[in-house]
Amino acid sequence: MHKLFIRSFVSSLVFLFTLTVAAVAKDVKAAFVYIGPTGDHGWTYQHDVGRKAVEAAGFKTTYVEGVPESADAERVLRQLANSGHDVIFTTSFGYMNPTNKVAKEFPNVKFEHATGYKREHPNVATYAARFYEGRAILGTIAGSMTKSNVIGYVASFPIPEVIRGINSFTLAAQKVNPNIKTKIVWAFTWYDPGKEAEAAKALIDQGADIIAQHTDSTAIVQIAEKAGVYAFGQASDMDKFAPKAVLTSVENNWGPYYVERVKAVANGTWNQKDTWHGIGDGMVVISDLDSAIPSNVRSKVKKLQADLASGKVHAFTGPIYDQKGNLMVAEGKTADDGMLAGMMTYVKGVEGDIPK
Amino acid sequence: MIKIVKRDEPSRAIFFFTPVLAIFLTLVAGGLIFYILGFKPFEALKFFFIVPIADKYGFSELLLKATPLCLIAIGLSFCFKSNNWNIGAEGQLTFGAIVSGGVALLFYEQEGFYILPIVILAGAIGGMLYASIPAILKTYFNTNEILVSLMLVYVSKLILDYLVVGPWSNPEGFNFPETRQFSDSARLPLLFEGLRIHAGIFLALAAVVMSWFIFYKTYLGFQMKVSGFSLKTAKYAGYKGKKMIILVFLISGACAGLAGVGEITGPIGQLHREVSPDYGFTAIIVAFLGRLHPVGIIFASLVVAITYLGAETAQIFMQIPKYTGQVFQGMILFFLLASDYLLFFKFKFIGSNK
Repeated sequence: MHKLFIRSFVSSLVFLFTLTVAAVAKDVKAAFVYIGPTGDHGWTYQHDVGRKAVEAAGFKTTYVEGVPESADAERVLRQLANSGHDVIFTTSFGYMNPTNKVAKEFPNVKFEHATGYKREHPNVATYAARFYEGRAILGTIAGSMTKSNVIGYVASFPIPEVIRGINSFTLAAQKVNPNIKTKIVWAFTWYDPGKEAEAAKALIDQGADIIAQHTDSTAIVQIAEKAGVYAFGQASDMDKFAPKAVLTSVENNWGPYYVERVKAVANGTWNQKDTWHGIGDGMVVISDLDSAIPSNVRSKVKKLQADLASGKVHAFTGPIYDQKGNLMVAEGKTADDGMLAGMMTYVKGVEGDIPK
Repeated sequence: MIKIVKRDEPSRAIFFFTPVLAIFLTLVAGGLIFYILGFKPFEALKFFFIVPIADKYGFSELLLKATPLCLIAIGLSFCFKSNNWNIGAEGQLTFGAIVSGGVALLFYEQEGFYILPIVILAGAIGGMLYASIPAILKTYFNTNEILVSLMLVYVSKLILDYLVVGPWSNPEGFNFPETRQFSDSARLPLLFEGLRIHAGIFLALAAVVMSWFIFYKTYLGFQMKVSGFSLKTAKYAGYKGKKMIILVFLISGACAGLAGVGEITGPIGQLHREVSPDYGFTAIIVAFLGRLHPVGIIFASLVVAITYLGAETAQIFMQIPKYTGQVFQGMILFFLLASDYLLFFKFKFIGSNK
């Protein structure tokens, strides 16, 4: 009798404990801070798709859109940290300093900063995607499909992230077509449909018959559609905005990472780290290939995609030369993450200079 | 029957009443919009206008947000009162921030009580220099100051872009478009531990007092007023119009430049591309809502500041799109301009027997 009592007491304790743990896990609330509107069909839109995945996994989420990188960011972060959110994802580079500042004041709240490099407190993690892997796919398609051998590229800011993309794209294009040239126009914006459209027009006027972009609006693919040239979608599948022009898109797929990290907070296993995932981990996704892409190119793309995912192929495999012909990566070697993180020189085949 | 009759002269009482009316109508229309969007209107208005400033921290954030708006609007009131349409305060703010930020970077990792005053002064001078361009072009080349000052906003933002991307970018910062963090000696001191409100608020208050004094106690203020009513009269009275135009632009530019200093040496602590979320443009609403009166501008800056904070709170707690904050700012200006109709016209009730 006595034994039975103890057993039932213990089992009910265990039951209660599981209940509490489950309740705590359910109670975890995640917040997302966005630079743009959720309807931009680019950067912010994709983060919001990721947030919805977190909701679907059974967690409560909050978001604030259109938060400028001015003094306002810090207030929004503090308010989110103060109002019962357990983990806060800050999804623009310019939130880096405010994120670290507010993280210091709220050691029990986890902060996840996208694309930054500062992790000044144990509750700050950073994450980014290896978009350059996706750009190697685009380069392969562009190199195979260009007739004029001039490829246009609308770039945002001369930071390593963007230079890396240009280089990866150009290297892959050269592998299938050694004669191609990449022409760059710097738009100095992440999102400005007007400026982006102007840049695309200028590139088309200079003979580019394929336009790649590292800015977020759908303006460029729409200009390409009108001009009858090809283009690639950025951040989300932009096919519906320019069905003829868009050959494929590189999609940012944040959902799995967000769900994993929020679950980690719920389980108490969250740790500080710097995540840099690519095609293999599913953070970078290639949209469906357009029917205009011939089958031989298609199979090349599929193979490269599989090899990048498995790690058999690295997008930066030597020999790689810079514009002046100096060796950047020796034959048989691959660029390490440190080199990639600080990449500030064009490879051979890119036209023009990096704005200084 | 109701008849609309033109007033003999604008009503003074209504002049100060219409801003209140405009705010009231904005609240009513805002509530209606919330209702249509499917939110409880009173709850939404509570999260918009009361919750964000319900505690000490919230109130300090309100003051922090209102400081640049008040400072710029005070400067603009000098221009607007005297019929000079300076639309480019945002550019003057940006250029002021550039100059003072440059000086702050020059003193990087240096100590000294003299550094902060130099940094502040540099910002004021930067704003003045930038405002002098439309002023000089207007007085000596008859250009339209609205266009020139507005276009210069975009020029200033491009200059800032160039500097933070290129020569001034943080050498340890992987080429991201931002400068180093300024040293503490170049930062405005905080007023309270744990709050972001900084000494820049005293600059705003000083500007308020100064503008009140100049408007109502000096000959210059009188000249400005006369020029505002009628340029021809001012000319006939022999006022030196050109000098005054340049002076009001300089004052306005200095105020905007100081607002820029407040942002970068206050809460931000460095130069990057987004020094101001368009304070220079929003301050135009503040200036008019405050009836170009120093005290009115203080209240107006607080009212407009809360639309920013409220929009954030409403989105966090009620999932109301944050851009409603801008809708509120637009509505305030719209209702203000619309109710100005009452300044010049009145309704006359005419009995049916007449």
